[in-house]
Amino acid sequence: MRPSPARTPFIVRLGSSFDARSWRLIGLFAAFALIAVPVMHLALPADHPLHLSTWFITLVGKILCYAIVAVAMDLIWGYGGILSLGHGLFFALGGYGFGMYLMRQIGRDGSYQSDLPDFMVFLDWKELPWFWIGSDSFLWAVLLVLVVPALIAFVFGYFAFRSRIKGVYFSIITQALTYAAMLLFFRNETGFGGNNGFTDFKRILGHPITAPETRVVLFALSALALIGTLLLARYLVRSKFGRVLTAIRDAESRVMFIGYNPLWYKLCAWTLSAVLCAIAGALYVPQVGIINPSEMSVANSIEIAIWVAVGGRGTLIGPVIGAFLVNLAKSWFTVSFPEYWLFFLGTLFIVATLYLPQGVVGLWARLRAGRRRGEGAAAGTTTAAAAKGAGA
Amino acid sequence: MYTLRSLLAICLLGISCAQAAIDPALLRPLADDDSDRRIAAIAALVEAAPEEAQPVLQAMAGDSLALAGERVVVLGAGGRVFDAASNRELTPPPAGIETIGINNRVRRELASALAALRLFSAEREVRWQAAQEVNQNVDARMLPLLDRALAVEKDPKIRDRLQLAHAQASLGSTDAAVRLAAVKTLGESSDPRVRQLLLPLTEKQGDSWREADSAVRAAAGTSIRSIEQRLAWADNLGRAFTGLSLGSILLLAALGLAITYGVMGVINMAHGELLMVGAYSAWAMQSVFRTHLSGALDWYLLAAIPVGFLSAALVGVLMERIVIRHLYGRPLETLLATWGISLFLMQVARTLFGAQNVEVANPSWMAGGVELLPNLLLPWNRIIIVAFSIAVLIAMWAILNLSRLGMFVRAVTQNRPMAGCVGVPTGRVDTLAFGLGAGIAGLGGVALSQIANVGPDMGQGYIVDSFMVVVLGGVGQLAGAVWAALGLGVFTKFLEGWTGAVVAKIVVLVLIIVFIQKRPQGLFALKGRFVES
Repeated sequence: MRPSPARTPFIVRLGSSFDARSWRLIGLFAAFALIAVPVMHLALPADHPLHLSTWFITLVGKILCYAIVAVAMDLIWGYGGILSLGHGLFFALGGYGFGMYLMRQIGRDGSYQSDLPDFMVFLDWKELPWFWIGSDSFLWAVLLVLVVPALIAFVFGYFAFRSRIKGVYFSIITQALTYAAMLLFFRNETGFGGNNGFTDFKRILGHPITAPETRVVLFALSALALIGTLLLARYLVRSKFGRVLTAIRDAESRVMFIGYNPLWYKLCAWTLSAVLCAIAGALYVPQVGIINPSEMSVANSIEIAIWVAVGGRGTLIGPVIGAFLVNLAKSWFTVSFPEYWLFFLGTLFIVATLYLPQGVVGLWARLRAGRRRGEGAAAGTTTAAAAKGAGA
Repeated sequence: MYTLRSLLAICLLGISCAQAAIDPALLRPLADDDSDRRIAAIAALVEAAPEEAQPVLQAMAGDSLALAGERVVVLGAGGRVFDAASNRELTPPPAGIETIGINNRVRRELASALAALRLFSAEREVRWQAAQEVNQNVDARMLPLLDRALAVEKDPKIRDRLQLAHAQASLGSTDAAVRLAAVKTLGESSDPRVRQLLLPLTEKQGDSWREADSAVRAAAGTSIRSIEQRLAWADNLGRAFTGLSLGSILLLAALGLAITYGVMGVINMAHGELLMVGAYSAWAMQSVFRTHLSGALDWYLLAAIPVGFLSAALVGVLMERIVIRHLYGRPLETLLATWGISLFLMQVARTLFGAQNVEVANPSWMAGGVELLPNLLLPWNRIIIVAFSIAVLIAMWAILNLSRLGMFVRAVTQNRPMAGCVGVPTGRVDTLAFGLGAGIAGLGGVALSQIANVGPDMGQGYIVDSFMVVVLGGVGQLAGAVWAALGLGVFTKFLEGWTGAVVAKIVVLVLIIVFIQKRPQGLFALKGRFVES
């Protein structure tokens, strides 16, 4: 019996949202990201067997950002039943918002030694466009990262959900949205660097962006952001809000007939999911060092869905596992067998939807349940619970 | 007497070889040292003896006119020499022959004089060509010639051209009344060049008007406005046509989708790759014809139509049997799985045919176009694609409405369990309907191969557009897809005129997104009562 949510303090409710084993796992992960990685990267000499290379830090840091996106996607798809094919847009918007700040931090070190970013000099622009005003301030950049995607998601979501667009219709419309945005950002006149986007960053808050210390800090921030996202998501899905959201996923009409208005539940989840994506995008750009419109391509957004599908929808650890599995496979394939990567990814899409409806997590639960039954344990209730967990 | 010259005359002009003699005094200045006098001589010769002048000028343009003493001669094949005036062979050939060299200025004059002369040809086609050439390069000295041509010309189209040329020539006249009449006639043209011609008349040069007479100036202004109106009209017509052709391509891409998504409710993200399969079949047929049937290469496209249909349909049936069949009722999963198939097919194409675009040539009968107005050319390949998409549309309508399969498909769409109860093999109908939709995508691919690049990624560019067509048109029927495709095509093209291609595309996408908010069921919705679709 859980105590009534209204009387218990928030921090206790947050604490009780995970069991002890999950907290141990999170603590282990935090210790690895915040202590072990800096030590292994900075303190150990380069030829030490336990030394972590820059390549490793960048790769894992990148995947941590992807994992945040995957959890955000899972929140809206796994729990809300809304498949967005436009999450790449919010990710890229976050990246662009923070990229503007990074571009201004280059200062006069660009190849044209101008106050303006290089691409503007190239286009023969004399001053910053209005939407670049304030972009030299870090706080303003953070505000942009949070507010712009939230606003776009809110307005788009409000109209879409109000007209009760759902299912594939909604997916296709979000796809059109990100496609239109990609075309827009590809234009030089839009003022975001056109084809090439933003790159050649030099500094972040005055620190050189390629320095090992900066990398470690960014890595730690990504890890913290992922932990925060997981905690928030866990809290949300266990709350009344999350229950209603899940109910909407399973039978929207019934929820409406009971007297809830699905609009606000969906809209909240949708906007929150967009903001989480944007945060991930903002953390991603300084680590990878480039942001361009291809991040908004249709293919990228669909790939996010496959991370979630492979890991397991409707679980929180699933998307994280999926993001890691798929992206590690991608970086291995694109180095070793670039021509087979699309075969693998295509097959993954098909196999994951046909045979892994609950993803790797579901498969694991099923295997465990099967083994218990095989051992002849009379834990009928446990098996049922596991099966139920797999079906959630 | 079959001389080379008269042969030429017969071939080119259809003028009989019996010729009257030309006055040698008219011929002699052709060999003058001074270009101005030579040009004057050409004009005089044309005016005095339009029919006989032709072979002489032809010879001059071909550098075979020469001077022997004071006599102008034509050098024939095999060292034979003819007298230019009488057209008789000179035996023995005279000594001291000097070829008459001509510079570019004279050559230009010659060309337009020859064109002018062809106005009198007996063949309509030759005269039509000549009238068009005269229109491009005309001056006041041709006036008498044009007058004469107008007097004998019967064909209205050619007369029209000649009158235009006449008016152009009269613009240089010193008589204001003649210029006024000319300006008024020119106002009936719809040729952008005529507008260029009239514009200077309304402009100032320094302080004085280029055209001194104010009545002529005013008339020129009116004429320019009416020409511009007509030009704008032709522009809009042209835009409507390109819009129509874009719409018909969208329609071909979306028709298959209208069956698989609209009727069966299956989101097929690999639809673009089915287009690609069709386009590659066209390429394959081209290669087969090139190696085995090079004589009939022009007709490879006809063979590509069934091959494209069947190969895409085969891929579609396989897709349905292996993957999609297990996902009915789970549209979001279908979407992801078909996206996987699309990645797979793309990579297969890349492995088989290379990552580069392959080259598919238009057959020769698709080259060229119909010129409706001077600034409006409708290319044949676009016209044929519009016609082709209409044919596909009719065929599809017939299959859905007249055939047994179509009836089954409609029955399954309306009520699957009930259809199953009365004995419709729903599983097989699904497979066949999916194959049909895929095959139509293949046909779309064959058509696309004629106007777009054929490469592994080509399908990706159409997937968003074709979904937009289906979503906009409303699910469940063909009429919606047709109107949505044509409307989108024409609207996009008109918008492109204002804003440029990329912005037009963005605006269209945003407008569709907004439109769907207002009418989630699309333009044409199936009537019925649903709580949940």
